[in-house]
Amino acid sequence: MTDDSFTDDSFTDDSKGEPVHQGYLDDVSTAFADYDVLGAFWVNIQLTVYAGLIALVLGTVLAVMRISPVPSLRWAGTTYVTLLRNTPLTIIIVGCVLGLWGQLGVSLGTGFQQNFFRLAVLGLAVYHAAFVCEALRSGVNTVPTGQAEAARAIGLNFGQVAGLVILPQAFRGAVAPLGNVLIALVKNSTVAAAGSVAEASVLMKEMIENRPDIILTIFVVFALGFVVLVVPIGLATTSLSRRLAVAR
Amino acid sequence: MADLDVTPDVTARPLGDPLVVLSHVNKHFGDLHVLKDIDLTVHRGEVVVVIGPSGSGKSTLCRTINRLETIDSGTIRIDGTELPEEGKALARLRADVGMVFQSFNLFAHKSVLENVTLGPTKVKGMSRADARTKATSLLERVGVGNQADKLPAQLSGGQQQRVAIARALAMDPQVMLFDEPTSALDPEMINEVLDVMVSLAREGMTMIVVTHEMGFARRAAHRVVFMDGGQIVEEADPETFFTAPRSDRARDFLSKILTH
Repeated sequence: MTDDSFTDDSFTDDSKGEPVHQGYLDDVSTAFADYDVLGAFWVNIQLTVYAGLIALVLGTVLAVMRISPVPSLRWAGTTYVTLLRNTPLTIIIVGCVLGLWGQLGVSLGTGFQQNFFRLAVLGLAVYHAAFVCEALRSGVNTVPTGQAEAARAIGLNFGQVAGLVILPQAFRGAVAPLGNVLIALVKNSTVAAAGSVAEASVLMKEMIENRPDIILTIFVVFALGFVVLVVPIGLATTSLSRRLAVAR
Repeated sequence: MADLDVTPDVTARPLGDPLVVLSHVNKHFGDLHVLKDIDLTVHRGEVVVVIGPSGSGKSTLCRTINRLETIDSGTIRIDGTELPEEGKALARLRADVGMVFQSFNLFAHKSVLENVTLGPTKVKGMSRADARTKATSLLERVGVGNQADKLPAQLSGGQQQRVAIARALAMDPQVMLFDEPTSALDPEMINEVLDVMVSLAREGMTMIVVTHEMGFARRAAHRVVFMDGGQIVEEADPETFFTAPRSDRARDFLSKILTH
């Protein structure tokens, strides 16, 4: 062992044409130049948007079922929420991909990539619909009983009472909890990895395997990426929930 | 209590056929027997005031007439038709029975005008333009025409309750139910609501009014129904009831509210 081994390579002269060990920042920038990090996050955003929209529709239907006067509908809604909310998301996604597609041959698109992506959206949507339903129900609880009574008293049927009077106020009272569901969905979109969807967390794992010299930086960059996605949602829902609150 | 002049100008009018008929109506809240074998007939054009101590079942009685409360036994008929159980038929019947609540219950997310047009457009299929014209004239009639574009929360209690009356009237109901319409109001706002109710009575609206406003009862009611403990204890025209109540319970109740 010579004293040379303690010298920092990066300070050595480049003139001999030997590979140069660059500084840490250069390491990081070359590593991130080799991988499409933004593209990976874009997959998470797409997963979130599609699953979020489906979950919003499905969750609204479930919430209406749970407040309906028909006992069998209430039972079905409650059962759905109990089952889906209490099953780990990983198992639901794996169930969608390996169960629906692998075992039953259900295909939602052409090619593996599109099919897995859509199956993962399905899994994320059915899971988060249960939480949307519960968030909406908390919104329904902000609407005084008298609103429904007055609506019934002028002759509106159940669908009209729910659609014209209760839900519009319930949504406005549920902005904050719905925002929380959306925030959870953004982060839970990484679970799509369990369904072989190449999204941010998959890329992170791959980068860490290939560049163990900058593990912490890779981790921090991906973590910050999610913070950047999530923080605006939190700020927006907080200000929206204040702006949209129904004056009583 | 509001100070209304005591001129029973409404009561001289002849009454029509029976419109609301309750017979042997019973209702329980758990172990509590809130309505005990109630028989009550209200004729077309009649104004009936229901009074009684709190917990006597008068609000519950009012709410059973459009089935916001179900009943355990007995029958309720409106214009000869028994109250349907649920569904479309019940919604249709409710459109014929106007209701005014103690806490107004205006749709908080809709403007005053939208509150009044919602029923006619969605239940009766009236065009938006027609509903708007009708709502505007009703709001004028109850004296809040200049508030049409505001939200309910921007109005005073008295104004909100007058909008609620306009909302009920927009459905052209056969009968109007008032469930303590002035109990949640500040004293200075009570008369503006009672004035609207008196003018409705003068125009011949059939009204069932749960209230403690004796002035209104004297001025506009054909009949006072006194309830206590879930029963109708006494019925009489307002003058007879207030000056010479027959039952001890009515005498006791009146002595408590009329002494000051």
